[in-house]
Amino acid sequence: MLPILQVGPLAIQMPGLFLLAGVWVAVTLTDREAPRHSLKASVLSNVILIGLVVGILSARLWYVMRFLEVYLESPVSVLSLNPSTLAPLEGALTGLFAAVYYGYRKGLPLWPTLDAMTPGLAALGIAVGLSHIASGDAFGAETGLPWSIELWGAQRHPTQIYEVLAAGIIFWLIWKNRRQVPASGFLFLAWVALSALSRLAIEAFRGDSVIAFGSLRTAQLASVMVLVMVLAGMHFLVRPQAQDSRS
Amino acid sequence: MSKFESLVRDPIRWSATVLGVVVLGAIWIAVSQVPASATTGGAIPSPREGFLAPDFTLETLQGETVTLSDLRGKAVVVNLWASWCPPCRAEMPALQAAYEADRDRGLEILAVDMTYQDTEQDALRFIQEFGLTFPIALDRDGTVARQYLLRALPSTFFVGPDGVITKVVIGGPMSEATIRTNVRDMLDRLP
Repeated sequence: MLPILQVGPLAIQMPGLFLLAGVWVAVTLTDREAPRHSLKASVLSNVILIGLVVGILSARLWYVMRFLEVYLESPVSVLSLNPSTLAPLEGALTGLFAAVYYGYRKGLPLWPTLDAMTPGLAALGIAVGLSHIASGDAFGAETGLPWSIELWGAQRHPTQIYEVLAAGIIFWLIWKNRRQVPASGFLFLAWVALSALSRLAIEAFRGDSVIAFGSLRTAQLASVMVLVMVLAGMHFLVRPQAQDSRS
Repeated sequence: MSKFESLVRDPIRWSATVLGVVVLGAIWIAVSQVPASATTGGAIPSPREGFLAPDFTLETLQGETVTLSDLRGKAVVVNLWASWCPPCRAEMPALQAAYEADRDRGLEILAVDMTYQDTEQDALRFIQEFGLTFPIALDRDGTVARQYLLRALPSTFFVGPDGVITKVVIGGPMSEATIRTNVRDMLDRLP
């Protein structure tokens, strides 16, 4: 775990640095993939950029709304660069909505766009895992296994390492098979299915799971539901009737 | 056509595959179920969100003794600082302002000076310069620094009324709004 790299007076937040590098790699890969899906790389880059900018700005605004009384007393604090005063979930949803809306206005076709973004998203998955290693988030349950790591006052499953390994395998599978997909949208759904499968497996070793119905891990329940929907979606994309209607 | 593609195309074989995934998934979920108390639960003391704040007892600059767990029931800000640290200097006025604003609502600030890499005289001058009125604890042997895995100064831990850390801010300076919004979040948890 290395949350902070102190370089002289600078305290560099390593998790954020990994995520930033991941976004950069994702954008670069998406730019490279766009022409193969007959998409303009510049429009696709704008979709990502708009999603990120709107996401970050709205995350701050949602946070300000939550504590309006404090910010009314000190309005200039709205501009603070502190990442701890953000509402991440609300920001992500607003950013996603803005990106989808922009893509829709620009007439981007849904499935080819998602396919073009898939290798980038898979690479971003590795960066998220690395950021978890740096921050110690998404930590494992206590265990006495020989490969356990000392974290947060106990010997734990190195779930962050499992996460990076799984994300690495998913990236490799997506990258290797990205040219041989039978239908538009198939690559993206395959990535979602693989990611859900990895979460379903790794969640079993997590020490911070949210529990529902007494003892079940909610992330696992959600993963199975996503898996079923996505696997059904993959079939509908390649079934003969769908192929006929496209030709 | 690849084997996988023909499998996905075939509605019967693919349905069987999906069913297999659901059954295996359900078995895996059943195998990995745990009682809610087995996950974080706040039972283990560790310096991160969702865990119990590691307890400590320190002497203050005023010669009194302060124990973190004695402050249960209050919203507590534990701020690790040193007089020579520029971002610590920059955020102290904001901490004092937040203290004055929310002290009556149940806020307590415990500013722990890293005395093992500072001096008591410098710490005292610092307190007088900024007119700080909250308790200043002295970590003379680095115990609290080790307990809280200190990596950068300042480091701030927002500890809720149940003794569980609600937010960690490593580095600084924090703005007054950052401090006050996190304090409000803790005060909302007060009974």
